[in-house]
Amino acid sequence: MDNIIEVSDVTFEYTDNDNVSTVLKNLSLSVERGSFTVILGHNGSGKSTLAKLMSGLLKPDSGTVTVDGITTADEQNEIEVHRRVGMVFQNPDNQIVATIVEEDVAFGPENLGLPPNVIRERVDSALKTVDMYDYRLHAPHKLSGGQKQRVAIAGIIAMEPECIVFDEPTSMLDPKGRREVMDTIYRLNKEKNITIVLITHYMEEVEKADRVVVMDSGEILLDGKPSDVFSQVEKIKEIGLDVPQTTELLYLLKQNGYELPDGVIATGDCVSELLALLRRENCGNTEC
Amino acid sequence: MIKDITFGQYFPAKSIIHRLDPRIKLVLSLMFIIFIFVAQNAVSLAFIGTLTLLFVLISRVPVSLFLKNIKAILFVIILTSVLNALYVTTGNVLLEFWIIKITADGVKRALFMSARIIILIISSSLLTYTTTPTELTDAIERLLKPLRFIGLGEAVHVMAMMITIALRFIPTLIEETDKIMSAQKARGADLESGTLFERIKALIPILVPLLISSVRRAYDLAEAMECRCYNGGSGRQRMKQLKLAGRDYLSLAVLVVCMSAIIAFNIIF
Ligand SMILES: Nc1ncnc2c1ncn2[C@@H]1O[C@H](COP(=O)(O)OP(=O)(O)O)[C@@H](O)[C@H]1O
Ligand SMILES: [Mg+2]
Repeated sequence: MDNIIEVSDVTFEYTDNDNVSTVLKNLSLSVERGSFTVILGHNGSGKSTLAKLMSGLLKPDSGTVTVDGITTADEQNEIEVHRRVGMVFQNPDNQIVATIVEEDVAFGPENLGLPPNVIRERVDSALKTVDMYDYRLHAPHKLSGGQKQRVAIAGIIAMEPECIVFDEPTSMLDPKGRREVMDTIYRLNKEKNITIVLITHYMEEVEKADRVVVMDSGEILLDGKPSDVFSQVEKIKEIGLDVPQTTELLYLLKQNGYELPDGVIATGDCVSELLALLRRENCGNTEC
Repeated sequence: MIKDITFGQYFPAKSIIHRLDPRIKLVLSLMFIIFIFVAQNAVSLAFIGTLTLLFVLISRVPVSLFLKNIKAILFVIILTSVLNALYVTTGNVLLEFWIIKITADGVKRALFMSARIIILIISSSLLTYTTTPTELTDAIERLLKPLRFIGLGEAVHVMAMMITIALRFIPTLIEETDKIMSAQKARGADLESGTLFERIKALIPILVPLLISSVRRAYDLAEAMECRCYNGGSGRQRMKQLKLAGRDYLSLAVLVVCMSAIIAFNIIF
């Protein structure tokens, strides 16, 4: 299997004022090239720390992280790691550097020292990909949250990374902005074949993922296909996380004795399961 | 309310002055300002004043905006005039009482100095009205590039980067200040009345959250910049390359002619 990111046996601790707190304990995780992985877990479970380790912002205390076979711990590899794995953060305001949209998008390619005409091409194409080309000459502070976040995404894709790690990119946005950003993320995965790692606490964003990883106190609790992970409703509820509303509905019905499958996430699937159930129930009671 | 503060003075319009290369505009403006002081007699100054008015008309920036700037420093103009009028005591006496003596030379001097200040204000406003702060920063960074030969290249880059980030975040911080102020007012904070000391004290609950969030922003921004391969100024390429166009050379030529004229007027009159 071809993995873009390999996190193997990583331990990470924060030290401030002699206080050592171990955030990740012997954690291993590999991300397959071209895949869409969602990471769930409640606040403080170490998701952001893991994201920063994957994008080379933090270096592991023990164990190794490799990106495309390159070890992130080596200072010399810094630029090579960053150009392969981009990262988009929670607060859209705090990632925009320049006073004009297109100059902000150009920031990454400019740092890579590419020729001006190549930078121009990449900036235009990145802005078109996130559907912000018409705003290229605008001032970032006048844009909506969703628009700013799309500019931030354009700034990353202009560096043509293999993988983008999103750390709760929609948690500060209104529903409209959230939809715009999620649509963009799906598109990057499907059309540009960029590997996506998405940290979120919105369950509806899990639906289209290939894989879900649930973290709890610095360890991986569950890892698998969304339907497999959400089959284990008790285990997820135990650590205080929610499951998608559709899964929850079918789970509750099942608890009450109805025969239904586990781990249904998509609304359409949920509806057809319920219809099938109603049909079965009707057949049981009356002649049909 | 507080949002109404517009940052910088850029006035968007389509004029040849707006489109000039910002480096040229900056250099020409500095030279022009020096020549306001080189102009030693009324003819030279009248000439340079006429040129300034001509440039204002070409720039298509409303004249009222310039008047606003002059009004802002009216006090300085009046003070300078009065001091000059009192200081110069040669020539025909126009008015004399107690220890005050106003002479024709004094009045001439006062008018000359006022005109000089007004032309100075108009010509420097012309630069800021027709050039965005971003363009100005960019121009300064590129003009100072030769400093790299004495090892100051990184310092120039860092300074320009800092100005850019400040320009980027000032509107964001103003917006945030507004939000915090509303929040504190909703909790009954009184920011508008009381003694000066009380009002300063009332600002603390606004400044502290603002400071904390700015530090947070700085950390976030540093990480975001690192992710985008930022590694200082070395090895960095720019998307927009400034290139001098015909109009830039033309403006340079116009300025050289005007300056020669001023020197000539200085000598002749
Ligand atoms: N810069 C830091 N210094 C010290 N402790 C930190 C720092 N960042 C995060 N932590 C701690 O590490 C733990 C995991 O944080 P984080 O990775 O941000 O989790 P999550 O993103 O899942 O909320 C938390 O207990 C947090 O308090
Ligand atoms: Mg986090």
